[in-house]
Amino acid sequence: MSIASITASSRLAGIVGPAHVVSESPELSAYEIGGHKPSAVVRPGSAEEVAEIVKFAFSEKLALVPCGARTKLSMGLPPRQYDLALDLTRLDRIIAYDPGDLTLAVEPGMHLHALEKVLGEHKQWLPLAVPYFAQTTAGGAIASGVDTPLRQMYGTGRDYVLGLEFVTGEGVAAKSGGRVVKNVSGYDMHKLMIGALGTLGVITKINLRTFPVPVDTRVFVANFDSAARAMELRHRLARSPLRPMSLEILSPSAAAMLASDTASRLVTETHPADVLQLEQWALVAEFSGSEQVLARCERDFRQMAGESSAAQVTTVTGETVSPLSSRVREFIPIALSSSPATTILKMSVLPTRMTQMLAIAEQAAELNSLDAAAMARGLGVIYFALLPADRGEESRRRAIQATDHILNECAKLDGNATIPWSPAEWKSALKAWGLPRADFDQMRKLKAVFDPGAVLAPGRFVGGL
Amino acid sequence: MDSRLLHELKTLLGSDGVLHQPEDLLLYEYDGSVEVARPDCVVFPRNTEDAVAIVKLANKYDTALVGRGAGTGLSGGALARQGGIVTVFSRMNRILEVDVENQRATVQPGVVNLDLSVAVVHTGLHFAPDPSSQKACTIGGNVSENSGGPHTLAYGVTTNHVLGLRVVLPTGEVVRLGSEAVDAAGYDLLGVFVGSEGTLALVTEITVKLTCNPEAVKTLLAVYDKVDDATETVAEITRRGITPAACEMFDSWTIRAVEEYVHAGYPIGAAALLLIDVDGLREEVEADAAEVADICRLHHAVEVRVARDAAERDLLWKGRKNAFGAVGRISPTYYAMDGVIPRTKLPETLRRLEKIGKKYGFEIGNIFHAGDGNLHPLIPFNGRDRDEFRRAIAAGTEIIRTCIDMGGSITGEHGVGMEKDHLMPYLFSADDLALMHRLHDAFNPAGLLNPGKVLPSGKACGEIYTRPPQNGQAGAPAVPATNAPTA
Repeated sequence: MSIASITASSRLAGIVGPAHVVSESPELSAYEIGGHKPSAVVRPGSAEEVAEIVKFAFSEKLALVPCGARTKLSMGLPPRQYDLALDLTRLDRIIAYDPGDLTLAVEPGMHLHALEKVLGEHKQWLPLAVPYFAQTTAGGAIASGVDTPLRQMYGTGRDYVLGLEFVTGEGVAAKSGGRVVKNVSGYDMHKLMIGALGTLGVITKINLRTFPVPVDTRVFVANFDSAARAMELRHRLARSPLRPMSLEILSPSAAAMLASDTASRLVTETHPADVLQLEQWALVAEFSGSEQVLARCERDFRQMAGESSAAQVTTVTGETVSPLSSRVREFIPIALSSSPATTILKMSVLPTRMTQMLAIAEQAAELNSLDAAAMARGLGVIYFALLPADRGEESRRRAIQATDHILNECAKLDGNATIPWSPAEWKSALKAWGLPRADFDQMRKLKAVFDPGAVLAPGRFVGGL
Repeated sequence: MDSRLLHELKTLLGSDGVLHQPEDLLLYEYDGSVEVARPDCVVFPRNTEDAVAIVKLANKYDTALVGRGAGTGLSGGALARQGGIVTVFSRMNRILEVDVENQRATVQPGVVNLDLSVAVVHTGLHFAPDPSSQKACTIGGNVSENSGGPHTLAYGVTTNHVLGLRVVLPTGEVVRLGSEAVDAAGYDLLGVFVGSEGTLALVTEITVKLTCNPEAVKTLLAVYDKVDDATETVAEITRRGITPAACEMFDSWTIRAVEEYVHAGYPIGAAALLLIDVDGLREEVEADAAEVADICRLHHAVEVRVARDAAERDLLWKGRKNAFGAVGRISPTYYAMDGVIPRTKLPETLRRLEKIGKKYGFEIGNIFHAGDGNLHPLIPFNGRDRDEFRRAIAAGTEIIRTCIDMGGSITGEHGVGMEKDHLMPYLFSADDLALMHRLHDAFNPAGLLNPGKVLPSGKACGEIYTRPPQNGQAGAPAVPATNAPTA
């Protein structure tokens, strides 16, 4: 360790106490991002300590990466500079919970599963069905901005985060929004923090809307011999009065992947074997409501599936709902475990262009002899996982070729495409953030406002911000 | 104003695209708020290119520029606080594209909110944000203010329905934010620009989501002898996890005002009433309506009426949508407040509002979006009485302070504008505001666009606040009531 980092460590210990600064090598490895290891891990116990640490980093020109359970640190690009890991897991308290108002204020380090327990006592929950759910913290779920199957009904963070407190790159504690469900006071700066991967601020408090847990849920799975037919059912559902909680379309390989042993190692709940093993496209939709409502949904769903030439429709009820939903939720971790070099594209296009986009992506994979698995969300988001056999040069070349093609074609369809997950050493060649964006200059202005010293996870975001 | 600027504007827009005679400018001194500010001229762009040219001229002549839709706003957002050019988007009122399959529409900013829903009525879709002024207010204005409305309780406010914007920055650059598809990559610029009250850019094109009409709707009217019973009903509906499509409350003063004007069938003499919509699948509407009715009775509703058909439903809602106009009949000048509180604090807050009214000598009316805790206390006052105006403003400030004490916010849907910028420090720290200032300056460094709004600018505020509305001047409208305001 260098003299400089010893001094830094003692200064940090002065802020958080020596027990909460780690500069021993073995533990640091757990904080590695794309081959970069920090010189120290610091674990603040309060928002004030977070501000002190960032202020110190700003004055010393150190770079830090805020983190929680570290399940989504591989998203985006590796940081350009990485001196400190700012581990927020000690900030794990509920600050305020008003079940009668359906609002919650929580610190970022609280785990979602712990939160689920507390809210469950009041028959409430959060629509944060994020990948790596069992490990993820509230802060990680928001800062990563990763979407979830439940967005079909509940939207994304920008729809239910009511306000945030955060620390800017200069160590200034600030906030925007509030605790109430309707609010137009001042600029919605909190929306900027959602999905910013910690590059604009360190989140120290999250105000959320909570929701009543549905009285009952049921999943319907319709199998098809083509993506187009599955998509036809999606379109029928969209124009029907039914309001599914989630709606995903799985390619045959994706369905098989979710039913695989690899998946079973990650999602230990037993699963309804049949519905995912038909070597067909599957539309999986979850509905909620009373017995009468669910019966109606089933009737309508079956009819629309029939009109869309479904090969089979299965109803999943009771204890088998959760294992199936969990597998859909964990698509990304399962895909990442299914190949040594999994490369996942996220594409968004108009819903009516999804069939075309899926075909383009599947074709690109096939042309480059790469296995692939696709999951499309009903609102127009496609996760496309390329599953190369190894991390060798040939696989890398093929992955670059396939993703470049897909990025270009997606742009032609007026869509957005990025590559949030891939082997770290492929990141720079793969265009992790997609093609250059016309609004990039405006994003650069934001970075200069919130983090002028490039202290916060520099380089992780779009265009190296 | 500089005659060369005027000449250049006329060359650009034609003489029918520029107003500058004092009598022509009168209308643009007002919006739906109690504020007044006279622009130097008013211009009417026809397209984005015009808007760019106007921005460039404003830069060249170092003149403030304010965007304006229908002028129904309630916080002075569309007023030229520091003079300058008001840019009215009434000529940019075309619906550019309706994509039924993808449930989207792209519109120009001057399209009237309700006109979009009317235009797509045959498709079974509608534009969900429904400010009470939706017959008059424009979607551009809704975007600037992040407007709400009664049905945003279940469907979300404007920001939840905007997918993309085409904006002209104060530099004259045209930028597209967001995209037709969801999840544009990068920072959520769209999220910051929607609701920025015209201080970051002029909006010239808007892509919005369209929402499927519900299969079934039931409208309930619950009548109470005590205000507390009505507020307790709302708290219990929320607690039980029922999300009505809308949940509006009226107190006795507003019931009378509305009924005498609209004849919606509201019971004059009742202490409070709730107007509740439940919608969705037939099966769930039946069940939810029954449960809501039970909750109303449990909390001592003396009558629970369920509208039998669409005609009765429309009549009940007509009362709500025309409420501000009805109040205007009784008191031509009134201060329409906008505050938000946690829904569990409704009963306590309403009791405190009553005390504040007594303290300042006003009978404060309450008509508001109870379901999301968004209060609209109405303070009727005599606009010609300078002292009464001052007291109304003081009472308003105390009401807003009360909302903050309850853990709430200073505005839920009307915006900060020039009405509440001085109240921002009660809600935000100096550091919060400094950061917002920096964000503002990153896009609008010279304060070219809508100066003096949203962020507190210092000493000038008090001055504005003690200036009574200039009633009775040259046929000026009785301040706020004749403009159908947003609520």
